[in-house]
Amino acid sequence: MIPASFDYVRPTTVGEAVQALSDGGDDAKLLAGGQSFIPVLRLRMGDPSLVVDLGGIAELRGVREEGDAIVVGAMTTHHDVTRDELLGRHVALIAEATRTVADPQVRHRGTLGGALAHADPAGDLAAPTLALDAELVVVGPSGERRVPASEFFEDYFTTAIGPTEILTAIRFPKYTGWGARYEKFNRVAQAWSIVAVAATVKVDGGKITDARIGLTNMAGTPVRARGVESALVGQSMSEETVRAAAQAAAEGTSPTSDADAGSDYREHLARVLTGRAVLAAAG
Amino acid sequence: MTTMDRPVQEIGRDRRRKEDRRLITGRTRWTDNQAITGLLHISIVRSPFAHADIKGIDTSAAKQVPGVVGVYTAADLGADAVQLPCAWPITKDMKAPQRPALAGGRVNFAGEGVAVVVARSAAIAKDAAELIEVDYAELDPVLDMEEALKEGATLVHPELGTNENAQWVFDSGEAGSGGSAAEAIAKAEKADDQVVVRRRFRQQRLVPVFMEPRSTVVDPTGEQLVMWSSTQIPHILKTMLALTLGLPENKVRVIAPDVGGGFGGKIAVAPEEVVTLLVARKLGKPVKWTETRSESLLTAHHGRDQIQDLTVSVTRDGKITGLDVKLIADMGAYLGLVGPGVPILGAFMFNAIYKIPAYRFDCTNVFTTKTLTDAYRGAGRPEATFGIERMMDEVALELGIEPMELRKRNWISHEEFPFTTVSTLTYDTGNYEAATDQAMAMFDYAGLRREQDERRKRGDVKQLGIGISTFTEMCGLAPSRVLGSLDYGAGGWETASIRMLPTGKAEVVVGVSPHGQGHETAFSQIVADKLGIPFDDVEILHGDTQSSYRGLDTYGSRSLAVGGIAMVKAAEKVIEKAKPIAAHMLEASEDDLEFTAGKFGVKGTDKGVGIADVALAVFAAHDYPEGIEPDIDAHATFDPENFSFPHGTHLCAVEVDTETGFVQLHRYVCVDDVGTVINPLIVEGQVHGGLAQGIAQALYEEAPYDESGTLLSGTLVDYTLPSAADLISFDTANTSTPSTTNPLGVKGVGEAGTIASTPAVVNAVLDAVRQYGVADIDMPTTPFRVWTAINSAKGTAGRGDEANVASPGAGLGSNVKDSSVKNQGGAL
Ligand SMILES: Cc1cc2nc3c(=O)[nH]c(=O)nc-3n(C[C@H](O)[C@H](O)[C@H](O)COP(=O)(O)OP(=O)(O)OC[C@H]3O[C@@H](n4cnc5c(N)ncnc54)[C@H](O)[C@@H]3O)c2cc1C
Repeated sequence: MIPASFDYVRPTTVGEAVQALSDGGDDAKLLAGGQSFIPVLRLRMGDPSLVVDLGGIAELRGVREEGDAIVVGAMTTHHDVTRDELLGRHVALIAEATRTVADPQVRHRGTLGGALAHADPAGDLAAPTLALDAELVVVGPSGERRVPASEFFEDYFTTAIGPTEILTAIRFPKYTGWGARYEKFNRVAQAWSIVAVAATVKVDGGKITDARIGLTNMAGTPVRARGVESALVGQSMSEETVRAAAQAAAEGTSPTSDADAGSDYREHLARVLTGRAVLAAAG
Repeated sequence: MTTMDRPVQEIGRDRRRKEDRRLITGRTRWTDNQAITGLLHISIVRSPFAHADIKGIDTSAAKQVPGVVGVYTAADLGADAVQLPCAWPITKDMKAPQRPALAGGRVNFAGEGVAVVVARSAAIAKDAAELIEVDYAELDPVLDMEEALKEGATLVHPELGTNENAQWVFDSGEAGSGGSAAEAIAKAEKADDQVVVRRRFRQQRLVPVFMEPRSTVVDPTGEQLVMWSSTQIPHILKTMLALTLGLPENKVRVIAPDVGGGFGGKIAVAPEEVVTLLVARKLGKPVKWTETRSESLLTAHHGRDQIQDLTVSVTRDGKITGLDVKLIADMGAYLGLVGPGVPILGAFMFNAIYKIPAYRFDCTNVFTTKTLTDAYRGAGRPEATFGIERMMDEVALELGIEPMELRKRNWISHEEFPFTTVSTLTYDTGNYEAATDQAMAMFDYAGLRREQDERRKRGDVKQLGIGISTFTEMCGLAPSRVLGSLDYGAGGWETASIRMLPTGKAEVVVGVSPHGQGHETAFSQIVADKLGIPFDDVEILHGDTQSSYRGLDTYGSRSLAVGGIAMVKAAEKVIEKAKPIAAHMLEASEDDLEFTAGKFGVKGTDKGVGIADVALAVFAAHDYPEGIEPDIDAHATFDPENFSFPHGTHLCAVEVDTETGFVQLHRYVCVDDVGTVINPLIVEGQVHGGLAQGIAQALYEEAPYDESGTLLSGTLVDYTLPSAADLISFDTANTSTPSTTNPLGVKGVGEAGTIASTPAVVNAVLDAVRQYGVADIDMPTTPFRVWTAINSAKGTAGRGDEANVASPGAGLGSNVKDSSVKNQGGAL
């Protein structure tokens, strides 16, 4: 399918990109890996007048350690996230979740920043980002600001990024030594999540000492299963306690109903998958 | 020149496919990458509504777009006056609506074309198409087949006065091939020693989803109008275009270059092909149409979509006494090329491998305001196989007989071939026992039953289910006289020509038209063996009506079983023509010659000439016997006397996650008898692909419509196709009882996997969850449906008012411990 025509620029610095966005007006859009945006263009669900390609900005790529944080450039591809050693060691949950995204072709082009900016409720990377209490670094004409993940996802396909702003990096606190599991439920391997659960837990001497749990596709935005987290902390690790705690997983969610799942089924899945995710993370 | 000693026998060799390098790398000519100077591009404006009157079309803005060459409505092209062909009028009084190339006054399904833009680039055409304003007055859609047949229903085509296309009935009592099913069932209802089982199954709507979207290029500038098209049927298309549009057939050439899949979906005279042709003729310029994936999902014909009501009467010891099949089949908005006949092909296959003494088949075809349906891999036979193989499990459950045992009690034993069935076909060969024994051993049936039992006892979250499908099919469409008796619009013969080149190489021109099957390789193997020349010296030419002027193309697993035989016959003729010349060259009598391994030898001597020597001799033509022509090329047409009947035993084990409803394939074994195997690698590939598609019908695929008649699976995000990651490694094997209806002994393998696998998988899913009181789950058995079925059935005991015939310890080995479940025999 063929998109409507648009102008195209490929800046080499974040500053130039912000300038291009500002100059481009309401209709200017950013292009990252294109794995969500290009289908939108091709199906003519959007017709921007200007496309600003972030692919030429080297500073947006890569993973680095900054004190207590692991900082991932927005243009780091899914593939690179799954292979990154720092992330594997300190932020295993995001690497785990990223492995379940689509297929190798998509993972070679799609980016973490693009996925979070796109904010598809069925996307797999928002829930772990929320669960991990990440901070999102956003740069606009008036400089840089940091948005906590809990304030970043506003609604279906809507984030705190302003129209002339660019998401430049994601800062994850370190979860060194925590177990992690992304339990994704979908019909076929390369499909989006019907429901998924991102869990990372710290187990010490047979006791769960800390837990972070995020839910995918249980509302317009990712949801933090705080009820489960608090029910888990301080418990000794057993299948029974985990399953019992997981019963709170659907609290505060508002899942949709569609052909793949009714809302009650989604709630049920959230409970089942939360139990499985925590057990796997702790195991 | 000498002929190389022929290498090893080619037939039976697992050669890698010689066409794969160019197909897999994409370095070939498809339709869409034909580069023609001055080519113009088409975009078609399509209706978003399922059913609407067209009040007006404003094309003025589109015409202003720079680069636009023309904007046409149906009337501008005469496209509304076209009657696209249906070649299979299944009954004399069949109702057939006019099917235009573009809708004029009314659209009858969402996606129907209403206008067309022609421009210098595809992008400009698309931009301009967006500017066309169509004023629609919406009409009620017609979506439910049973509602559509009721008195007072909204009519898709009011001018027909009904939504019923046709009713087609076969009754073995009337045909004299068996008793009356109605009588058998009535009798069983009164008999103490018989049971009557009634079930309704649903065949969901599917999309063939070939890899290469359809594309057509028409160049009208030469003496012959040339159409390149991504089609399975270049020959039929050529003749049909001539008949439909009143073109002289000699002025049309159709080329199917490399074609990326079809699965039946490219057996069509597509409206877009005709529109492209009309536009090209109007402008006198070459024009191209290439669809998008969404256009393809929406408008290329769909498959399946039936409601099946089956009634079986059976003695309590498991002998079937009668089978009644009542179908309702959705045609969609119009009739496709063979659409109405697709469900009718099932008429011959519901009785399957079983000796059923009384049989009735009654199919009503219905119009709805949906995309039309037509052939899709298996065409009628997967539907029939699903119905009967699901039913065998249901009957087994009713009777408390192990499901494989029930099949054995009813199938045709290998001593009974040839066997004439209740639906009048004569199965030439088969050995269901051999295939089944091998499959059961490979599968470790007993072991898996044990494991299933253990998991049940432990109450595992993941329960095991085991499903069987013992199938046969008719393939090698088809004996022309059979097609004639079914009112089909053409014969079923096939043609091949062999051209012997001066250097001893052979060009084989075939009438079948490959689109991914590996014909070039398999056919080269056959011809190499028959002529005794190296595999690499054989070139298969296909898909161009200029070189291959006679053919009936590729579908219905016919290319080898019919086309392959034409090649054998042509090769025999080459040898026959070469013989007198060889005798002349050897100064021997023809009677003293024998042809082996590519060489004419004089018996009892070491004198001989190769077929290549003869080819050179007739090329030079300096010295050949008087009274014959210097030519050893040959042409042959083969019209089969019968179908071939591949069969097989497919066994599937699934794990059902009872907490989530997710179904995971656990083991899949199939042993197929496809007769003589020309190339085991290709056979295995066909089986694998077929399995993937049949399994996908059971677990993944569906093309649903919403209440306004909008297709909900308009992209591949919504139409769930499995990939290798979702499937398991299949264990396949072959038994072989060569067909006696053709000299190669081949059957067909293109559709076998698709036909057999769907019921095996669904039977397995149900086998895993019947213990919870689940009676049936519609396809695809999605996690949501499985979970819902388990949860709505849990704790229910079934309808206690029906006969309680489930006996402890027997049958599917499930559900006997608990008396609440015992009752369920009657409910299932
Ligand atoms: C077949 C297929 C299957 C998929 N399956 C999954 C899946 O299972 N799970 C999953 O999570 N995802 C899936 N995806 C989506 C994939 O993860 C995408 O890569 C991701 O959603 C978008 O990332 P991108 O880099 O491609 O962004 P793009 O598509 O380029 O951009 C997406 C949106 O974000 C905006 N944007 C991009 N970068 C920035 C930035 N730095 N600052 C501000 N705005 C920005 C763009 O303007 C655009 O609106 C799938 C995609 C495909 C094609």
